[in-house]
Amino acid sequence: MRIVPLIISATATTALIVVLNMQLPVGTGKTPRLGYFLSPQQGFWQNAEPADLSFDKNISIKGINANADVYFDDRLVPHIYANNDTDAYFIQGYLHAKFRLWQMEFQTSIAAGRLSEIIGEDGLKTDKYFRRLGMVYGAEQSLKALETNPETKAATDAYTNGVNAYISALKENELPFEFKLLDYKPELWSNLKTALFLKFMSFDLTGQGDDDLWMTNTRNYLGYDTFKKLFPERADSLDPIIPKGTGFDKPSIAVKIPANADSVYFHKNDQGITATPPIIPNKNNGSNNWAVSGAKTKSGKPILCSDPHLGLNLPSLWYEMQITTPTHNTYGASFPGAPAIIIGFTDSIAWGVTNAGRDVKDFYDIKFRDTTMQEYWFNNEWKKAEFRTETIRIKNKPDDVETIAMTVFGPVMYDHSYKSRNEDGRYYAVRWTAHDPSNELFTFYQLNRAKNYNDYVAAILPYQCPGQNFVFASVSGDIAIRQQGKFVAKWKHQGDFVQPGTDSTYMWKGFIPASENPQMENPLRSFVSSANQMAVDSTYPYYLGRSGNFPVYRGYLINRKLSSMDNITPEDMERMQTDNYNVVAEFTRPFLLKYLDETKLNSEEKKYLDLLKTWNLRNDIQEKGSTVYKVFWDSCYKQTYSDEYGKSKLPLYWPEQVTFVEALLKDSAYAFADDINTVDIKETWKDVVLAAFHKACKTLQKASNEHKLEWGVFKDTYVNHLLKIPALSRLHLPIGGGGEMINATTANHGPSWRMIVHLTDKVQAFAVYPGGQSGNPGSKYYDTFIDSWVEGRYYSVLFLKKQEAESNSRIKWHFSFVKA
Amino acid sequence: MKFITAIILTALLSFAFGLFTVLPWWSFAVTSFIIAAAIHQKAGKAFLAAFIAVFLLWAILVFIIDNANQHLLSVKVATILPLGGSSFALILLTAFIGGLVAGLSALTGSYLRKH
Repeated sequence: MRIVPLIISATATTALIVVLNMQLPVGTGKTPRLGYFLSPQQGFWQNAEPADLSFDKNISIKGINANADVYFDDRLVPHIYANNDTDAYFIQGYLHAKFRLWQMEFQTSIAAGRLSEIIGEDGLKTDKYFRRLGMVYGAEQSLKALETNPETKAATDAYTNGVNAYISALKENELPFEFKLLDYKPELWSNLKTALFLKFMSFDLTGQGDDDLWMTNTRNYLGYDTFKKLFPERADSLDPIIPKGTGFDKPSIAVKIPANADSVYFHKNDQGITATPPIIPNKNNGSNNWAVSGAKTKSGKPILCSDPHLGLNLPSLWYEMQITTPTHNTYGASFPGAPAIIIGFTDSIAWGVTNAGRDVKDFYDIKFRDTTMQEYWFNNEWKKAEFRTETIRIKNKPDDVETIAMTVFGPVMYDHSYKSRNEDGRYYAVRWTAHDPSNELFTFYQLNRAKNYNDYVAAILPYQCPGQNFVFASVSGDIAIRQQGKFVAKWKHQGDFVQPGTDSTYMWKGFIPASENPQMENPLRSFVSSANQMAVDSTYPYYLGRSGNFPVYRGYLINRKLSSMDNITPEDMERMQTDNYNVVAEFTRPFLLKYLDETKLNSEEKKYLDLLKTWNLRNDIQEKGSTVYKVFWDSCYKQTYSDEYGKSKLPLYWPEQVTFVEALLKDSAYAFADDINTVDIKETWKDVVLAAFHKACKTLQKASNEHKLEWGVFKDTYVNHLLKIPALSRLHLPIGGGGEMINATTANHGPSWRMIVHLTDKVQAFAVYPGGQSGNPGSKYYDTFIDSWVEGRYYSVLFLKKQEAESNSRIKWHFSFVKA
Repeated sequence: MKFITAIILTALLSFAFGLFTVLPWWSFAVTSFIIAAAIHQKAGKAFLAAFIAVFLLWAILVFIIDNANQHLLSVKVATILPLGGSSFALILLTAFIGGLVAGLSALTGSYLRKH
């Protein structure tokens, strides 16, 4: 034995293995454990799926009551045929896990405020936010409601068992790619995780309620009078979901504005409190849906269209599938993380959803006796607070413990230990309907089994949060729409700002009975539609929330188009869902051109003006005029308001686009056109527009030099991996559209599931989503549909009976579940 | 002859133990060590035999995987790591790391035996 070389060599070998077996810091992140990650038999190579992989399988499994079959079609869409409902949900859970396990685990970790366990300290900010908002608390409440209902309990239990059957049999080498990359392992699924996932959707779709804090700042900064002018009640161009002039019954709850609102709530004559929430969900969250009755279609049968607009991510939020059991036959988009189909159709009916955008989250200013938060002042006495402890585990670091005071309003989200950004030392409690027990899953469970209009109404009536516009059409010829949710009976402007929390005066006084929610069945105009606009005109007896939360123009355009259409075919609907027509530009271009003094432009600038003048008003990918318009428009907006907003250090809301549009169109002497920084000159639209155009041309010149003048390149849409890793994302997608277009595709947001259902006797459907059925970046099915989605193409959906599935030429694989 | 035998046995055992995914990824370091101790060669030769064995084994394994996968994942990983998106570079890196660990283990194994 040669001792010295032996020791050196043994040390070197051990050191090498140790280094290759740990995560090394690189920049702000960490490498995977390289030795493990690169190991051909264990690491990421095992996730590199053969392109010709067969998904045929016979699996003997415990937990199902009878044998069941799954047929995968050529797009890897599974068609489940089970003998009973619980087996179907077991298999749905199994398939979600098989194809989307990492995303299920990751998304529910975020919702539960457990990101720090995975990525370490960098996740702490997000975790604190969700814990303090009461996401886990809300999910626990929902779980109780879900488990009280025997049907949703059975469905979710079976689903959870299915997910866990997959996880338990998972071998190290089969772990999804991202687990290997980030070096952690999935835990077992639970019903709570399903509740957390659904709660996350509530957060995403009712997040606009957080704007109380920003709006409060904005009002304080501008002063009440100026604020009122920049944030008007409602837009003139609004075409509500329920047509103007419909009329409403007398409200069952009388809402009354508190007597002292002018001074303690609106702060009409003084400064109020300020605060800043650290995270606000994407304000663009929106959607389109509509249904036309047989009177408007070529076939004489209804057509229903739905395209929810959400953040564009890989793996996709949606997983497409068919579920067939003796009780129902349903197809559509499901959430990996929850049982049932969320948006889809059965052999009798179809449904789709858009976000209602109603304000169901309010903040209250709480007065505590001292910083221990033991007692708070409420209705003329000191009241004891309860406490909820949230322990955030952090990878490789000690735990962070959040102690959250609970008041009659709800959890105190902001306190001295978790200050809003401006750190004013106040305490804000949050009242949010998502904290109340509710069972949204039951609505989808029943919709999956609905046969007619009455079933649809019964299914959606108990639905609470997030409020949605449920559109409906049936083979029997009915169409309908209902805005459903647990909505607060609010007085006008209640909850626009932070409310006083020292007594019950400003508390919510009740919820609007579902029978008084906006709804419409088989209207004379033969269509129903929604696109997140305000649901009703000003005669509706309750307050919906501030108008800025309700976009106007998509809804307007959809209604204008549908009114003029006849003999509609599914192909017409495809063209409409992917339509890039810019109706805002149609309204505003003439005014911009009217106010722009051409004689003051140089030759270079005139070139851009010509592009704008000759533009066809479509935001198609090759249009340069669209880019000129966008840059010019944004520049005008900034030019108009930046003087008013320039001096604030706090984040503030700027006026809504529709406010600016209507000012330009209707107010030739708009007060805000004047630059308040120039004392002796009074600027007008002409000055604003000219200055804005000069500035815009500089931006356009730069874009032109970089060959980014064409709209598709300029907008630069991408579908982002959930970890925001470019290599796993799809970048630079040539797709048109934009915020206020029906094809509402912005840079990283847009139609997340396009569906068209033709309710002929045998239901036909066409669908596409920007993703793929497999969540594995190493699978060729990871992003299969993205190119079709970009080009506005749809897949003709296979909606098959079992005997048909066995022999259909587009069915490629058979996955057989055998009862063990 | 010893050299060839060592290469074949090292590769074989590395592969066989690698099939047991409950074992840590570095199980082949142990088998390479044992073989180098059992089939005694000079230090340099022992290192080289194990290096070649696992380098080739890993290179072939991932080459087959990568081809069947039409380079879908290797290109992505080679962009993350970062290797300029080159599948070939990623295969080389993989094989080199395997070879190096095996080689050093074998070196240690060979020193264990008296001359």
